[in-house]
Amino acid sequence: MISSKVVLKFPPELVDQPITSRLVKEHNLNFNILKAQISPKEDGLLVLELEGEKVDLEGGLAFLEKAGVKVSPLSLEIGRDEERCTDCSVCTGICPTGALIVDQVTRKVNFLEEKCIACEFCLKACPYQAMRVKFYS
Amino acid sequence: MAKTIAEINDKIRKGKAVVVSAEELIDIVEEKGVAKAATEIDVVTTATFGPMCSSGAYFNVGHSNPKIKIGGGSAYLNDVPAYSGFAAVDIYIGATALPDDDPRNRVYPGKFAYGGGHVIHDLVAGRDVELKATAYGTDCYPRKKLDTWINIKDINEAVLFNPRNAYQNYNVAVNLSDKAIYTYMGVLLPKLGNANYCSAGQLSPLLKDPYYRTIGIGTKIFLGGGVGYVVWQGTQHNPGIPRNDKGVPVAPAGTLAVMGDLKGMKPEWLVGVSMQGYGTSLSIGIGVPIPILNEEICRFAALKDEDLWTKIVDYSEAYPKGGGSLGEVNYADLKSGKITLDGKEIRTGGISSYSKAVEIANLLKESIEKKEFFLTEPVAYLPSPESGYGFKPLNERPLA
Repeated sequence: MISSKVVLKFPPELVDQPITSRLVKEHNLNFNILKAQISPKEDGLLVLELEGEKVDLEGGLAFLEKAGVKVSPLSLEIGRDEERCTDCSVCTGICPTGALIVDQVTRKVNFLEEKCIACEFCLKACPYQAMRVKFYS
Repeated sequence: MAKTIAEINDKIRKGKAVVVSAEELIDIVEEKGVAKAATEIDVVTTATFGPMCSSGAYFNVGHSNPKIKIGGGSAYLNDVPAYSGFAAVDIYIGATALPDDDPRNRVYPGKFAYGGGHVIHDLVAGRDVELKATAYGTDCYPRKKLDTWINIKDINEAVLFNPRNAYQNYNVAVNLSDKAIYTYMGVLLPKLGNANYCSAGQLSPLLKDPYYRTIGIGTKIFLGGGVGYVVWQGTQHNPGIPRNDKGVPVAPAGTLAVMGDLKGMKPEWLVGVSMQGYGTSLSIGIGVPIPILNEEICRFAALKDEDLWTKIVDYSEAYPKGGGSLGEVNYADLKSGKITLDGKEIRTGGISSYSKAVEIANLLKESIEKKEFFLTEPVAYLPSPESGYGFKPLNERPLA
């Protein structure tokens, strides 16, 4: 079993179709919805953590692409502007998953993308506007 | 064996001064003992980097042709209002100033994306900044309106002048209420969801000279990447705060007013801050050298995070309304990433960047070793704990 966090972008013509349902049923995947919304332009955004056998996960992602859903790994959609970050560590106190954590030797703040669940608490907390999400743009 | 600042400067000049950071001193004292360390070491560098709201800069922008008297009129830098109650073309911008059309907390919590602190950062970064000024016009200053780009390299004076920086110790902020609150100590999650602190602890200047034996008016410092001076005690200087058995105040106490040439500073050490739901500020890098004149000064400078304690304050109720402390904690605990209060483990977050403070302490150490930075003798001392100088609440006397 492997798991993967992905950002799915649905064009307006797909938002009324049961694509996610088919994804998990036909490809035998477990899922956890981290974020789901439809924009005023009727674009759909879904952030999922998918879990299953490697072959099922690959099949599921291929199904999504074929259906017209844009898929990208969450780790590419959330990031930190290293020039803006001052390693103050105020984000580490509110990050619920420990994705932002202080290295006890260097006292610098590490961002462990694989632990991020895109809750966006850090975006609000960062005094330097260093944390970025791309999936809204 | 006591030393003088003149003797230390002489050693710096000869390339013989032994300079270490406050972090390095801790290990040296543990290994060799305080007496030997005090003899061998000449200067200890301390530093801090974090938001310091009582900060700002003044400028003389030069006279336009025809001349304008901005004094008594209005002035905006990148739409952020600057104080213009001086002579014709002197203006001062504060770190927390906001554009008139910023929505502030009308949409709560406000973002405060750009304010006075960001203007200062942009100027130091060499960016062009818009100056918009209005005036009422006089016989000698007839012009009434000025809209122009300015750049720090073209204007006359650009001086950072901060009424209160480098707090000696600071509260740990928590939230006991059942909703998130947005404070100058960051976002505080409900029911003790997190705890934010703001001090460099064992590197913080005034924690390493707790009785202000060496840091005084006239002390030359690293300020914003350039050179500055301590020019006065900071506002709210409060030396009489209770001290622990090591002599260190256990709550916010002393402060510094500092000043220096903004033109010699660097943007990475003066950074605009946006505290959601609270406002803007300016993060400032400050480094202060402590001359090791005797064993006592060395002992204080070698205090470590475990020796430095502060109080935990509820910012939902006790801070706004005035109230007590929930408990005490030391900086080693705070830096470990979690503290325990009332049996509950709470994640901590720092507002002050320790890694930046380490960088500043090392930069200051290098410039002393390279004979670029010499120490100064204070021309006057800061009010001491015995002075009776303190910090009073407002005696509010309603007008009606």
